[in-house]
Amino acid sequence: MRILLLALRRLAASLPTLLLILVGLFLLLQLAPGDTVDALMAQMGGGDPAMMEQLRSFYGLDAPVLVQLTRYLWRLVQLDLGFSAIYGKPVSSVILERLPVTLLLMGTSLSFAFAAGMALGVLAARRVNKWPDALISTLGLIFYATPSFWFGMMGVVVFAIKLSWLPAGGFEDIGAGHTGLARLADIAWHLVLPVTTLALIFLATYLRIMRASMLEVLTLDFVRTARAKGLSQTGVLLRHVLRNALLPGLTLIGLQAGTMLGGAVVVESVFNLPGLGRLAYESVVQRDLNTLLGIVFVSALLVILVNFIVDLLYAKLDPRIAAER
Amino acid sequence: MALLQRYLRSPAAVIGLVLLLLVIAMAISAPWVFPRDPLSLAGRPLQWPGANPNFWLGTDNTGRNIAAQIFHGARVSLLIGLVATAISIGIGIVVGALAGFYGGWVDDVLMRITEAFQTLPNFILLLVLVAVFGSDIQTVTIAIGLVSWPPSARLTRAEFMSLRSREFVQACRVLGMRDARIIFREILPNALPPVIVYASVIMAVAILLESSLAFLNLSDPNVPSWGNLIGAGRGVLRVQWYVSAIPGVAILLTVLAVSLVGQGLNDALNPRLKSR
Repeated sequence: MRILLLALRRLAASLPTLLLILVGLFLLLQLAPGDTVDALMAQMGGGDPAMMEQLRSFYGLDAPVLVQLTRYLWRLVQLDLGFSAIYGKPVSSVILERLPVTLLLMGTSLSFAFAAGMALGVLAARRVNKWPDALISTLGLIFYATPSFWFGMMGVVVFAIKLSWLPAGGFEDIGAGHTGLARLADIAWHLVLPVTTLALIFLATYLRIMRASMLEVLTLDFVRTARAKGLSQTGVLLRHVLRNALLPGLTLIGLQAGTMLGGAVVVESVFNLPGLGRLAYESVVQRDLNTLLGIVFVSALLVILVNFIVDLLYAKLDPRIAAER
Repeated sequence: MALLQRYLRSPAAVIGLVLLLLVIAMAISAPWVFPRDPLSLAGRPLQWPGANPNFWLGTDNTGRNIAAQIFHGARVSLLIGLVATAISIGIGIVVGALAGFYGGWVDDVLMRITEAFQTLPNFILLLVLVAVFGSDIQTVTIAIGLVSWPPSARLTRAEFMSLRSREFVQACRVLGMRDARIIFREILPNALPPVIVYASVIMAVAILLESSLAFLNLSDPNVPSWGNLIGAGRGVLRVQWYVSAIPGVAILLTVLAVSLVGQGLNDALNPRLKSR
């Protein structure tokens, strides 16, 4: 309970930040050439100035900036993100349609990167300065330096085109009309390449953090005590060292949530996945600023939410945090 | 000198330095080795590497010489990386120094802004900036600098907070120096080394960010950037995959070089941490 309170307090502290982001972005978008009405008119192939004025006052775009800002924030409180002129739907429903794909992609990649990074980091730390350590560290560095989209494209060349083991893109095979479990398997099959691409980039960071913190924890006194008690090597590693070494990796999840979302934009474009990232890209190209602002809002919310969960997990792993207050 | 010796002791750092020098050499020699505009038609499109002795890395789908684009692309990538890093470090140092030196409400306000920038995903903010201000090369470079300053601000702030109550700072105050002089002439030089080392990370990320933008066709199309070439090769990925593969390797090696040099510098500056 105390943990929850503590995390909630952190959550409340991020509200001013969120407000700052929204005000800042709203003012920034005022600088953008053209507004919703221009975008609408461009889609309809032009219109007369009188009608444009009418539309502007209909959308409230003729009011002073400050009034517009207040209206915008008030609508946000009611979870109304505005209307997308391009998609002809409320922005919130456009985003909600795309959100699950991105969450699935990010969640799976994150779990995979975290698990694999942990395992490899432990392996490297156990054989520190021997060849497995050198090999793992070098691979990590190379993954880190690779542009994710290039990695994805080369994956497509090898596994989809040359070997034809995996599909080259898309979220599912709609034509096949799968239902139930078969559909799930189909989606999973389509996500193998995107998830690997996104995960490999982040794996490197987890690996290095994990290796460093394992090495640090291994030198502490309580590890020696655990060994002296006669625990097996694996027991010491899993029950005592790993739990303590996990904390920095966990912090990293919170710090990297935003980077991962950014990576998802690019990976979704490579594999034609109908996710939030692809929507962000499309709304930039089509100058759909309402949708873009909505996406930024949702992604900031996502990052804050991830950090909230990380706070909870952190206190779970390290009881000292909850006990301090 | 001792620093150089310590640096050269690590093989990874030496490899990084050699790679980086190679990329720099490519960037400098580009106008002499390939004097023609790298974006102009050079020959029949889609010739495989080695098929024509004139184009040893082949030609892309619009008949442009890939080798020329790689050489000129090295200039673009390094330039974007350097300028964006300078901008980002510049903002970070000023924000971090003011926040760390004054503390109190200045710190609160500046850190809230830093947090706001950190909560927004880098790349999405970059997309917004490009959507608003357009995507010519100057705008893209400035935008990359604008989205990547928060870590250097935090780093500078931490250094300033530990330095501001040291005796030499108190001595400066007793001498009656103005705040600006204490911050930038006295404390900053002491706070700089970790920030400079971190610059290599920012530069690596800046190069990757630009190539991602270019890949999405949102960077400047009139510049021979590696990301643009990868994006162009996407249409012929099925058969002529080399068009995208070659510039990707160039990006990989450059980012790897920058990271290795940064890591090597870090180890050389903090020899005690090396054993980890």
